[in-house]
Amino acid sequence: MTVAVIQFGGSNCDRDSVRALSHLGIDAERVWYEDGLPADVTGVMLPGGFSYGDYLRAGVMAARTPIIEAVRDAAAEGVPVLGVCNGAQIGCEAGLTPGAFTINESARFQCERVHVRVENADTPWTRAYDEGDVLSLPIAHGEGRFEANDETYDRLVEADRVLLRYCDAQGQVTDAANPNGSRGNVAGLLGDRGTVAVMMPHPERATLPDLDGTDGAGLLRGFEAALAEA
Amino acid sequence: MTAYTATVTVRLKRGVLDPEAETTQRALERLGFELEDLRSADRFELDLDAESVAAAEERVDEMAERLLANPTIHDYEVEVTER
Repeated sequence: MTVAVIQFGGSNCDRDSVRALSHLGIDAERVWYEDGLPADVTGVMLPGGFSYGDYLRAGVMAARTPIIEAVRDAAAEGVPVLGVCNGAQIGCEAGLTPGAFTINESARFQCERVHVRVENADTPWTRAYDEGDVLSLPIAHGEGRFEANDETYDRLVEADRVLLRYCDAQGQVTDAANPNGSRGNVAGLLGDRGTVAVMMPHPERATLPDLDGTDGAGLLRGFEAALAEA
Repeated sequence: MTAYTATVTVRLKRGVLDPEAETTQRALERLGFELEDLRSADRFELDLDAESVAAAEERVDEMAERLLANPTIHDYEVEVTER
């Protein structure tokens, strides 16, 4: 299996993502967006960064590139797709997941550790956890505030498609623990299929033991879990 | 074909938080100005040739839908004038 980590102009977490996935024994390679999606990919990761300088809106330029059409087709066939940070913004702009990630309530770029609660453990991405588990993960974004209208948000909640919510160290989902003003403290969500997920926190920065904590490893193992379940 | 300029104004839907506008308002207030509220919008000017105003509007409308605005958070207006 090979996970394609798609590199756009301005991506900057692509190498970290490949390294973290490789550490977990998941074969991964960087794919330059102009080269198209390899036919035999068993997963797609949209990494963090600042694709196209966040022109117009974070992620929108990358979301309109031809490779995203191929990613959409692959996702519809059940290929696992994970968007992290800028990749999450790209995912929402591409319509892989509903809603939008926009400017933080603070109007500032925020680089800090947060806690997130696993809201649904019955997905490939959260198979390694139990519902209610609290993970410590880093965030680093200026446009991470999740926005969705009432209808979309209610639909997400009813279908149990909220994956992660910002919470305090005890797992309480509070306003004080919401770093960016996201609706419902949403930090990560699922697409139409459970094999498609986007999240603002960086699991690839919380996977290697020589960095600070490994709480994110289970999220990346979703690529394995999705294949095992297919 | 007629030459037109289309102006697309993209603004946040009412009720969607605009932290940049709030920050800008606070900066104006720090400079000593008095104001009640501040809203910001993006404005795009597009020059194009089309058969009619309606045809130009239709094309620009699609541009706004597909790229310039994000329907999740934005409303937009299109205004077409002869150039």
